[in-house]
Amino acid sequence: MVVFQKPHALTDAPFHYCPGCTHGIIHRLVAEVIDELGIEGKTIGIAPVGCSVMAYNYFNCDMIEAAHGRAPAVATGVKRANPENIVFTYQGDGDLASIGMAETVHSAARNENITVIFINNAIYGMTGGQMAPTSLPGQVTQTSPYGRDVKACGYPIRVCEMLSELEGPEYLERVTVNSVPNIRKAKKAIRKAFQNQIEGKGFSLIEVISSCPTNWGMTPQAALKWIDDKMIPYYPLGVYKDRSAQKEEAK
Amino acid sequence: MSKLTFNTDNCKGCGLCVDACPKHILRLATDKINKKGHHPAEIIDQAACIACACCALMCPDVIITVEK
Amino acid sequence: MSEKVLMKGNEAIAEAAIRAGCRHYFGYPITPQTEIAAYMAKKMPKIGGTFLQAESEIAAINMVYGVSSAGLRVMTSSSSPGVSLKGEGLSYLAGADLPALIVNVQRGGPGLGGIQPSQSDYFQATRGGGHGDYHMIVLAPASVQEMAELTVKGFELADQYRLTSMILADGTMGQMMEPVALDDLTVAPMPEKPWATTGTGMKRPHNIVNSLFLQPEELEKFNFERYERYAKIEANEARFEEYRMDDAEICVAAFGIAARVSKNAIDEARKQGVKAGLIRPITLWPFPKAPFRRAAEHVKAMISVELSMGQMIEDVRLASECRVPVSLCNRAGGMIPSPDQVLEAILGAAKGGN
Repeated sequence: MVVFQKPHALTDAPFHYCPGCTHGIIHRLVAEVIDELGIEGKTIGIAPVGCSVMAYNYFNCDMIEAAHGRAPAVATGVKRANPENIVFTYQGDGDLASIGMAETVHSAARNENITVIFINNAIYGMTGGQMAPTSLPGQVTQTSPYGRDVKACGYPIRVCEMLSELEGPEYLERVTVNSVPNIRKAKKAIRKAFQNQIEGKGFSLIEVISSCPTNWGMTPQAALKWIDDKMIPYYPLGVYKDRSAQKEEAK
Repeated sequence: MSKLTFNTDNCKGCGLCVDACPKHILRLATDKINKKGHHPAEIIDQAACIACACCALMCPDVIITVEK
Repeated sequence: MSEKVLMKGNEAIAEAAIRAGCRHYFGYPITPQTEIAAYMAKKMPKIGGTFLQAESEIAAINMVYGVSSAGLRVMTSSSSPGVSLKGEGLSYLAGADLPALIVNVQRGGPGLGGIQPSQSDYFQATRGGGHGDYHMIVLAPASVQEMAELTVKGFELADQYRLTSMILADGTMGQMMEPVALDDLTVAPMPEKPWATTGTGMKRPHNIVNSLFLQPEELEKFNFERYERYAKIEANEARFEEYRMDDAEICVAAFGIAARVSKNAIDEARKQGVKAGLIRPITLWPFPKAPFRRAAEHVKAMISVELSMGQMIEDVRLASECRVPVSLCNRAGGMIPSPDQVLEAILGAAKGGN
């Protein structure tokens, strides 16, 4: 009996990601959820610009490559065109929290019925490791070679916390994939984000704290530990908004 | 009888599966080099595998199939 | 002939788009095209369509990208500064071979400019507007009826050739009211779009809408293929109107509102014994080269009348292969040349001066 195999919603194309990069784990979790919900045939994925720009080659569902930061706007168009489609975006921190912040905030404010998978690894990976809107104070990157100086370039943005102040979004949760138990929790969150869309509840965003061993300058193992030691203290895991649960409680 | 299968060609030798295995029966094959130029992961004691799939859950390249 | 209704140019565009089967409109407020958005906001909810006021022009054009990927007719409208913001999206639409309709009701520039009519986005429209090798079909209406007709045509051509069509109007065309025969509009059936991302239904391999090709050989191939399509458009879709050109000695080139002004000047010039005529490009890309090449055989001079510092004049010179002198008669920054100014230019050219 097969206990574990590659999900159908992933193509056979090998990922181009660096060794130990957790993008691959998150791709797989999304694909597993698509399989389990039986929605591959009606799902449309929107790829970002950044490391996961070629995600369109990895998912078996129909895929669209969007301009940098514009995935939620493209997703809005797709969903409005065919509301029966299940539409997800897959975006990194530069894409979602810097150049695409307006699209992120407004699609959340509209409670657009889409699913956003947000990969926060605190760095621009594809372009070689520049400072991201989520880079930690003091973090050394190619464009903050002396460490992120908050006086000069401000503080990192906590996306889930920020969006949770909006009336619009249905569901916001931050998870990570740096251990087997955390991967199981991340999958549950991603599944809920898709389920919400199926039920027409609206905008769900799952922020996944991810690793970038190459640009963090660490082994894959050390990068997973750095998530525990540095990232999670700044970006606490948990549910930041669950409107349906809040309504239940109010009853 | 549990069985692990590795799609060795696509292994990038990151070793995350090795650390994830509770039975400590995986390693990177330092005597082998795959097409990508990495030392691929391999199992050293198939009989000890409990098919928990921790290795597969952790693998960023989805190269592991687990059977029981 | 069907019944005519009195409409603003902007409203005629909106109503024609709906009649062409467009059920998705995304926009951002900007003068002088706001009536299009207002019309759509009123109509779309009543007919099961989408009107969405986006957070920016950038978001609006990317929503257009999404609907077009899904295979449906979709449009956005804006005015000059807003169209600059859409430039990124226009390039991506071109790179992914997606059909869409974009309306630019031009105002004076550069920068924030003004809100009065202009034709100074001619270069931006006919040369692409965004980055990379690409073209849009650019349609230049000169009446409210044409605003409606070219909107329908724009959707049809966009679908047929898989590219963006732009209606390049100006503040005058958008705001003026004229009778329109809407029931005369005919709409060709929309072609099949097997490339659209509507879900595989587990029945076909996945479709990918994309403009990224990291292998230069591949990217080059797509560019060459696209330009083969552009060559077909240039061969088949150039449109123009000729007015009193048969015996003309002075050829006026003008589009949109400038063409209407020029017709008055031409009639007056003929009363004063100067045989003037007009070539009015209706498609600015593809530029109607043939009538200018023909005219260059028998006219003494050409005059490009523009609401800009002289942009179309370059195409007039290219099309006429510089066989006759081409001069500019223009106003800019939101001003419109008067018939007298054009008349003076015609009479001056007839005397041999420039």
